[in-house]
Amino acid sequence: METLKVDMTAAKRLEAERIAPVTSAGLPAKVVARDVNVYYGEKHALKSVNVDIPDRGVTAFIGPSGCGKSTFLRCINRMNDTISICRVTGKITIDNQDIYDPSLDVVQLRARVGMVFQKPNPFPKSIFDNVAYGPRIHGLAKSRTDLEEIVTASLEKAGLWNEVKDRLNDSGTGLSGGQQQRLCIARAIAVNPDVILMDEPCSALDPIATAKVETLIDELRGNYCIIIVTHSMQQAARVSQRTAFFHLGTLVEEGPTEKIFSAPSDPRTQDYITGRTG
Amino acid sequence: MTDITATPMLPKRVRFDSEEMVARVKRRYRSERLFKSLGGAALLLTAVFVVTVLLDIIYKGLPAFTQHHLVLDVPVRADVIDPKGTKNPEDLRSADYFALMRDALATAVPGIEGRVEKKRLNGILSSGAGNELRDRVLADPSIIGTTVKVPLLLSDDSDIYLKGKQTRVTEIPARGTAVPSATKGEITITSSGTEFADDVAVLKKAIVNRIAELKSRLTIVETRDPQAAEATSLKDEIAALEAHSSQPASAETLDSKMPSLLVAINGGLVKLSSISDSSATGTALLPLQSTNEAAPGKWSVVTYDKPESNRKTGDLEAAVLEKLRADGKVENKFNTIFFTHGDSRDAELAGILGSLVGSVLMLIVTIALALPFGVLAAVYLEEFAPKNKFTNLIEININNLAAVPSIVFGLLGLAVFLNFFGLPRSAPLVGGLVLALLVLPTIIIAARASMRAVPPSIKEAALGVGASHQQAIFHHVLPLATPGIMTGTIIGMAHALGETAPLLMIGMLAFIVDVPQGFTDPATALPAQIYIWSDLPEQAFEAKTAAAIMVLLGVLLLMNGLAIWLRSKFERRW
Ligand SMILES: Nc1ncnc2c1ncn2[C@@H]1O[C@H](COP(=O)(O)OP(=O)(O)O)[C@@H](O)[C@H]1O
Ligand SMILES: [Mg+2]
Repeated sequence: METLKVDMTAAKRLEAERIAPVTSAGLPAKVVARDVNVYYGEKHALKSVNVDIPDRGVTAFIGPSGCGKSTFLRCINRMNDTISICRVTGKITIDNQDIYDPSLDVVQLRARVGMVFQKPNPFPKSIFDNVAYGPRIHGLAKSRTDLEEIVTASLEKAGLWNEVKDRLNDSGTGLSGGQQQRLCIARAIAVNPDVILMDEPCSALDPIATAKVETLIDELRGNYCIIIVTHSMQQAARVSQRTAFFHLGTLVEEGPTEKIFSAPSDPRTQDYITGRTG
Repeated sequence: MTDITATPMLPKRVRFDSEEMVARVKRRYRSERLFKSLGGAALLLTAVFVVTVLLDIIYKGLPAFTQHHLVLDVPVRADVIDPKGTKNPEDLRSADYFALMRDALATAVPGIEGRVEKKRLNGILSSGAGNELRDRVLADPSIIGTTVKVPLLLSDDSDIYLKGKQTRVTEIPARGTAVPSATKGEITITSSGTEFADDVAVLKKAIVNRIAELKSRLTIVETRDPQAAEATSLKDEIAALEAHSSQPASAETLDSKMPSLLVAINGGLVKLSSISDSSATGTALLPLQSTNEAAPGKWSVVTYDKPESNRKTGDLEAAVLEKLRADGKVENKFNTIFFTHGDSRDAELAGILGSLVGSVLMLIVTIALALPFGVLAAVYLEEFAPKNKFTNLIEININNLAAVPSIVFGLLGLAVFLNFFGLPRSAPLVGGLVLALLVLPTIIIAARASMRAVPPSIKEAALGVGASHQQAIFHHVLPLATPGIMTGTIIGMAHALGETAPLLMIGMLAFIVDVPQGFTDPATALPAQIYIWSDLPEQAFEAKTAAAIMVLLGVLLLMNGLAIWLRSKFERRW
């Protein structure tokens, strides 16, 4: 995989990605998990998860609270490494590369796998610096103009450009909640990842901001492999093409979203989507 | 719901107008009021204490910021300071400028004769009275041979006298006409009025009181042992006093244990040694111009309320100073010496610059060591250290270190830095090292606390875009923690600035005259200087002590201001 190709500036790559043809079917699996188990100390939080997540598109993780959705999501960019008691077994690959391979640099992995958190968490820096931080530390911009291009492109992609173009030097924390979350998405996009993980990105937002973020996710799905954890089944139905249902640490079933919502094969899924468990 | 008795009973619905409820609300209000007033009282009490202390310090210290000088015309005689006429700076530097000052003073206060009197006259000047002229001559040797107007530094006692801290002076114009018998030496003044009657009455009353006192003492002594030697001497004394007071128009003698009585007449001043209702005898402190008769209102009786034996400035000195003040030759100027000189045995020549520079040098060493080490230790312990028994032990030790008595750090400095590494005694370098050890735990604890206060979501965000752990810490967590670290550091520095005990052990509690020029020069520190001065018997050092405390508090205030400024600056960046 050559996402961090050096002969192309990041801005040009962003441009190229935008006009790249979108193929929704027949793509090979991007993220593959085999027999993934996660333990928090003694607690067995995730039990033998197997899943293939396709490239280009939105996959939603749904399930009752505490069933391990976030835990699995954080396995994909190895964010769980920061929790000292957390232990992961099994195998996860992105583009056939084992991400738990000791020779793999976790920092580079996280540059390829962006993350958007539940609570908007912009840096207490300017809007520009928020977006520019990733490209800066990865050396993606050769010059200030390059950097400005990347920031502009990312903010445009995140649908925030028109709202903030006159105040790029204002603090990112001064934006509204919805704008902050889109800023976080822009920040994740700016390093041009393959995969974007979103952990309940709308749970702290009002309905209008939620709608904007959902539209944005829909626009982005042509270029990225997006995995979104959500509590809202409506949201899952609206934005995702595939849905995975988790229950008590196991992945119960995974499939096209319409199928999961209309004809789930497992009674537990049936119970959950009809609101009998939750 | 068949078994009604098993259903738990809900409490009765609250009725807000019930008596019980009203009483409960009242009780709550009362306890809130009580709490409020207790809090207010505590605050008030604290404020009163703080204000009292501050006012006391300011009241005592303010006089030290000014210093009295005599401004005299001084002939810069070449034969005294440059007899060879070379104008060689070395010779000029070591010349006897004080001799010129002596002469100028004798010109300003003529008629003082006698070796002792002359010595006392010169005693009103500071031993450094010639320094100002010396500096001027060195700066511009061409003034040799001319007469220049220079301020002469007065001694500490003269300064205190002129600040009115020694005795109250009252001057009552006389009603009668007086004739002095001579112009100098022993003089008798005869007045047509009864100028001295009041004073005589006071003295007679004092004698009566004294007799009563002696008699009661005698009774006590006699009941114990009628034959005691003390009884006999008491009886003799009583008899003498009684014999004296029985004479109706007797002259009363004055001594140094009583307020001093003087007569200002014909341009001179006579110190009285014995008085009767209308005449008085005494010696001339300042010679009279003539023996002419003085009309009522043209002469006066002067009283120095505090007995001469109880004050540092004798009657002669006081008389001279009063005369110089009346002649307009005394000036009260801002005390620059206090801010430009090191310590001195002479209060009027002692300044805080030496200790201030010592403190600053020490703090530079302290902050240069404690801040980087403290912050790095905090970052490592907080973010990178493995959690095991060893790091646990280190943590516990750091926390305990903050509570170790500071003298222990002094002992450590003595043993390690002086004895083992052989660093010089009294050096700011060693002081700074010791204080760095002292404040290190404070800084580590503050830095860790403020790093922990940074929301973890910030670190996650940085990790999420692919920052390494170290980048996340140094780009995001540490800058966000900086205001807190800064506050902790300033608190630590303020603590270090006020610390005296550890300096004791490494020889920084010392009398050091020279202002230190480097980190290894002998130096003392502000609090040490305060302690040294507070221990000295001279009255002038009392004011210096308070003034030095004011400077110390001022420096602390400045440091806090700096901290606030830095904090706001750092906060604006985000
Ligand atoms: N840092 C942690 N330490 C210990 N247990 C955790 C931690 N994070 C999550 N867990 C546990 O793992 C389980 C799954 O949590 P999570 O993945 O956050 O669920 P959710 O599906 O709601 O996102 C929960 O039972 C939770 O208590
Ligand atoms: Mg979750």
